[in-house]
Parts: sequence; structure tokens; C-alpha cells
Amino acid sequence: MNDVPQALRASVALRIAAGLFLAVWCVVAAFPLVWTAAMSFRAPVDALSANPLTVLLAPATLRLVGGVSVLDLVFGLVGIWLGWRGATRGLPALAARVPAVPGVVLWPGLAIGFSFAAGFGLFVLLPVLSDLVGQGLRMLPLLGLLAEPVIGFTGEHYRAVWIKQEFYRNFLNSMLVTVGVVTISLSVGTLAGYALARSQSRIAFWLLVAALVFRAMPHSVLTSGYVPFFLSSREILAPLWEWAATGWFFQLFSDRPPLLYGQPAAIIIVLVSINQPFTIWMLRSFFQNIPQELDEAARVDGCSHFEAFWRAIMPVMWPGVITTGLFSFLLAYNDYLVTALLLDAQSMTMVPAITQFLNRDIRLSDQMEAIAAAVSITAPLFVLVLVFQRQIVAGLTQGAVKG
Amino acid sequence: MRLKTLLMFTAPSAVLMLVFIFVPLISVAVQSLFSTTLVREQVKVETCTPGFLAQVCTTAERSQVVLRADGKPVTRTVFTGLDSYRSVLEVEKLAAAFASGGQGWTAVAGLDFWRALRFTLTFTFITLPLVVGLGMLIALAVNNMLRSVRGPLVFISLLPFIVTPVIGALSIRWLFVGDGILTALLRATIDPSISMFAQGWTIELLMLVYRVWHVAPFAFIVFYAGLQTVDQDTLESAVIDGASRFERLRFVVIPHLMPLIVFVALIHMMDAYRVFEEVVGFAAEAHVISLQWLTFNFLTPDFTGNRSISRASASSMLTMVGIVLLLIPLLVRVWRDHKPRS
Repeated sequence: MNDVPQALRASVALRIAAGLFLAVWCVVAAFPLVWTAAMSFRAPVDALSANPLTVLLAPATLRLVGGVSVLDLVFGLVGIWLGWRGATRGLPALAARVPAVPGVVLWPGLAIGFSFAAGFGLFVLLPVLSDLVGQGLRMLPLLGLLAEPVIGFTGEHYRAVWIKQEFYRNFLNSMLVTVGVVTISLSVGTLAGYALARSQSRIAFWLLVAALVFRAMPHSVLTSGYVPFFLSSREILAPLWEWAATGWFFQLFSDRPPLLYGQPAAIIIVLVSINQPFTIWMLRSFFQNIPQELDEAARVDGCSHFEAFWRAIMPVMWPGVITTGLFSFLLAYNDYLVTALLLDAQSMTMVPAITQFLNRDIRLSDQMEAIAAAVSITAPLFVLVLVFQRQIVAGLTQGAVKG
Repeated sequence: MRLKTLLMFTAPSAVLMLVFIFVPLISVAVQSLFSTTLVREQVKVETCTPGFLAQVCTTAERSQVVLRADGKPVTRTVFTGLDSYRSVLEVEKLAAAFASGGQGWTAVAGLDFWRALRFTLTFTFITLPLVVGLGMLIALAVNNMLRSVRGPLVFISLLPFIVTPVIGALSIRWLFVGDGILTALLRATIDPSISMFAQGWTIELLMLVYRVWHVAPFAFIVFYAGLQTVDQDTLESAVIDGASRFERLRFVVIPHLMPLIVFVALIHMMDAYRVFEEVVGFAAEAHVISLQWLTFNFLTPDFTGNRSISRASASSMLTMVGIVLLLIPLLVRVWRDHKPRS
């Protein structure tokens, strides 16, 4: 049960202090997010109240819109608990049962499938179930009270954001950009990281030093380089299309040079490049921890370097790749500066799009929509960490943190 | 591994970094020395109104943008040397501030670049020890807990790190803005007239709190992973030698984690120096701005649709010089650790 040797065990006082400290930290860590989520389901009068009890119980929302009953709450809590168990226990077990599929396909597939299943269960199945049970309970005396609404609850802000303000467009743009960034960044990065881990060459060393300096460059510096080029890419790239030697090639793709401003594809390449330094450093330290004998054996058997990488290294590299991929995901998904400057209203991702709700902060409902949008942006990240937290810790322990 | 293989494997990554990081840096350096403006011309416009007996005519000179045949404005790029730097640094106002009769530092605090620099540097150096310290404390505490509760603890601790920076800043702002519940709490306990967004220093305090809240989990997860690899035998022999808990931490655990501490410090300095999302999330631009925000603001089109590219480039170059200077000590250390052994 307790794996720490007797002599190394902490004194009771120290353990109580550590427990208290962690309790305080957990409250501090989760409170702003939990509170924002609670606010997003209330009518503005309740959500923006200075009294925390009003925010939690939402009497005005209950009067005006309706609410949830004790029964709904119980169902909700059970649902959340099941989701938690499913993500932390069920998914890894499921993943272990289908080892034939490579992790890079398996894990994202599982995560997406799980999100849909959880969303369906939580927002469609549970309310219907709870309603049915409630109908039954109402016929009984006393127990019927359990089915009466007690806490105010409304989903109207989400409806306004996702349907009226068409936030789903921004969601799709975000998905496009993040999926693009993660796949390209990992395919390019694993090759480079592997080679850098196995090479003793001076060039490899200089490449790593250069990457470290590039990692330090603030994104605004790079973006000031991109903006003029992106805005007038038609004129700047024109020679490539007009010159006979290269023109035939580029004209296969389009008749004239593209305007890069507002192109998700251009943003993907930019974010991949910005992310490369961190990716190759991290993957390099993972590959250094994979024994060199593995690919040497493959080489002796007559594989080329690439075949050795493909057959001997690929099957064992997934923990590191998943951890690195998660960092790439966070960078692409969370970016504000680059996307705000280089994308137009059509192709805007979710994070820069939220400022449109903030800047129109005139009516109370505008602020509520901003809050609902913020929660919508956070929810996918929440699921992601729920599913991948074991891989993150395992991945970091395996390598990246050797400095 | 032969050189050719190395080059083949690293080529895609190296080309991307060359084209999208190195080339933009060069082009920013060049842009900062030139200025592109719309060509304007003076046009005499005669407007006549019918009057009694004769028309009344007035001629006025107006300046208007010259258009090309295809309707786009003609632009002219001229070499301006260090003019954009001078305009970003506001050299004249700086000189006036320190001339006799000037207001000295109080006047400097009103100049955009200098207040951005002041905030960015204090922000970086105040958050650095707090992030490393808090991350270490959480890692040690979680590591002392029973294995069964560690999973949920790690999950909750990671939340502030994964949340989108702008959203994290907003979620803290909503607790304090207007009659937010935490402002209400402060008013009830400390001072009934507190308002967190009315003056610069309280906003700055919130920004510091937000950043430590956001990054400490990253330090925690790295240190926690490192703690899993501490050699148990060394710890036990330290116990036999009579080392107290604190001495074991000081002489066994911390030295083992030292490369990780340098790693976290390096990453955190790079990231804290580019503080930006806080300014957006807390809507702080009237009181506190950062260097990245300054460049961002130059790049954002103003109400006539112009972007001041050359000033943005100049402030970018200054920002870049700053981070390189800051990182030199840490870079030298990394250099020594990773130098090829040939």
C-alpha cells in the first residue's frame, strides 16, 4: 500500500502540512475555471452578482428560465464520475487491447470518439433519463420533491454563441489548424530529432544551438516579418509563376500566386516552424533514451537508416511522440498573437475570435456570451488532459526532462 | 551516422526554420531601416458656385493618394536609417525628460517603449523564482502523497497550465472585475473602496499572480517527473549517514534536479519575456503594456487601415536584442553541457 521505506517516511506534522498545502493549491488551481463554468450556466443577473451564493444557486435564473432538480444533479454527478473513470481507466485498457494500430492513429481516434460519446451521454442521454425518472417520481408523495427544480440553470448563452454567433465556424478553423500543426510538426520533428540524437557531428550541435536561440524569439518579432510578406504575397511571388522554369510547376496548383493572408494552410506552416525548435529538442532527448543497439541491429540486418527508423524505432517511440504532440497541440490551439494578425474574419480560430465578444461588451448578455465562449474553448483541453495525463508524466519521465 | 544521412533527416526541419524564422528575422532587420509610405500629391481643386452676375470660385489645395492604373495606391519606400528606432525609443522626449527642468523618471514612465521595457523586465524577474519555487513545492508535496491520490492531484494541478492563456487571464479577470466575487470579498475584509482595475499596480499584481498560477504547473510536472528518477539507494545511504530530511533535499534531490531547474528557468525566461496575453486578457493597455504588445499594436491596422511596419520592425529588433542579452548566461551553460566531446 505504501511504497516508501519506513526510514524515508515523513513525520505526521510534515504530512499534514503537505496535505494542507496541496488542498489550498488545488482550490487555487481549479477555482477560476470552475467558477467561470458555473457562471456560464446562469442568467446575467445571477452570474454577475457579488454574492457567491447567488451565483451558485441562481434564484433569478430559476424564476425566469428554469433549473435542475436534485435528481438531475445526482444523474449529472454519476455521469461525470463515469466519464472520469472511462478516461483514466477504460481508455488505457481499451488501447492496450488493440496493439496492432499505431499509437499515433489510435490515441487521437480514441480521444475524439470518447469526447463525442461523453458529450452525447452528458447532454442528451442523461437529461432524457433524468426526465423519465422524474416523471415517475412525481407521482409519489414526498419523493416527487426530488424532481422539482431547485437550482437555476440555462444553456441559452451557449446556444447564442454557437448558433447565433456561428462559433462553430471558428471551432472548425481551430480544428483544421491544430490537426495540421500537430501532424506536420511531428512528422518533420521526429525525423530531425532522431538524426540529432544519433549524430555526434558538429553540424548537429550547431543546429541545436540555433534552434535554442530561435526558440527564444518572441512571436511578435517573427510576425512583423510575416505581415508585409503575407499582405503582398501576390506581387512578391509573381516571378515564380511567370518564370518558365518554375512557372509550370506552380501553375499546377493555382493560376496566380495566392494571397497568404487569411490562409489556414499558411498559418499551419508558420506555427509548425515556430514550434520546430522545441519539438526537435524534446524529441531528441526521447530518442537518446532509446537504446542505440535497437537501430544498429536493424542496420546489421541490412536496413537503410530510414528503414531502421521505420521498423525498429517507430514502434517504441510513441510515449515521447504523444507528449511532444500534446505540447504542439497546446501551442497551435492556444495561439492568439499570430492568428489574430495573419487570419481574417473568415478563417479566424476560436481564441482570437473571443475578443469580438469582449469588444462589444455593452450589454450584459455580451459578457455572458464571452464567458460561454471561454468555457467552450477550455472544454476540449480539459478532455485532452483527462485522457493523456498518464502519457504526459510517463513521457516526461522517460526522457524529455534530462535537460 | 554519416553526414549525408544527418542532412537528409534534418533537412525538412532545418528548411522550415530557415525560411520561417531566420529569413523573417533578416527581413525585419531590413524593414526597420526603410519606411514605406503612400505617395500623395497636391491637387488644386477649383470649386465654383453660381452667384449673382458671376460665379464665385474658390481654389483649394488638397493632398490625395496617387492611384495606379489598376486602382491600387502607389507606394514609395525610402531609406530612413535609424529614424524608426528613434521614433520607437522617443529619443527627443527622453532627452527632454533629463534636461534641466525635465521630470526625469516620471516622464520616462509615460513613454510607451520604456514603460513596456520596465514592465517586461520586472515581470520576468519577479515570476522566475516564484514559478520555480512553487513548482518545486507542489512536486515535493505530491510525491509524498499516496499513489492512489496522485492521479487526480496531477490532473487538477495541470489545469492552469493547459488552459489557453487569454482564457486563463479572462477567468481571473472575471473574478475581480466590477463587483466580481473576489473584489467583493476584498472590499468586505480589507478596504471598502478597492477596485482592482482602476490603477496600474493592482493590474500588474493580478498579472503576476496569473502568470505564476499558469506556469507553476509546468515546473511542477517537470520536477515531478524528475523526482521519479531520484536514486533511492543514495537517499537511503544518506539516511544511514544521518542526513535530516532537509539535508537530503539540499544535497541529494536538488543536485539531481539541477539540469531540470536550469531547463525550466530557461523556458520560463523565454516565455515570460514575451508576456502578451495578460495585457489582452486583463484589458490592461491603458495602464500596463509589454514589449510584445507594443509590436502587436504597431502591426494592428489603425482606423485608416495602415500598419506601421517599420516601427513594428524597430521595436521587434529591440525586443530581440533584449532577450538575447538576458539569455546569454543560460545559453553559455547549455553550451558547456552539450558541446560535442570531440
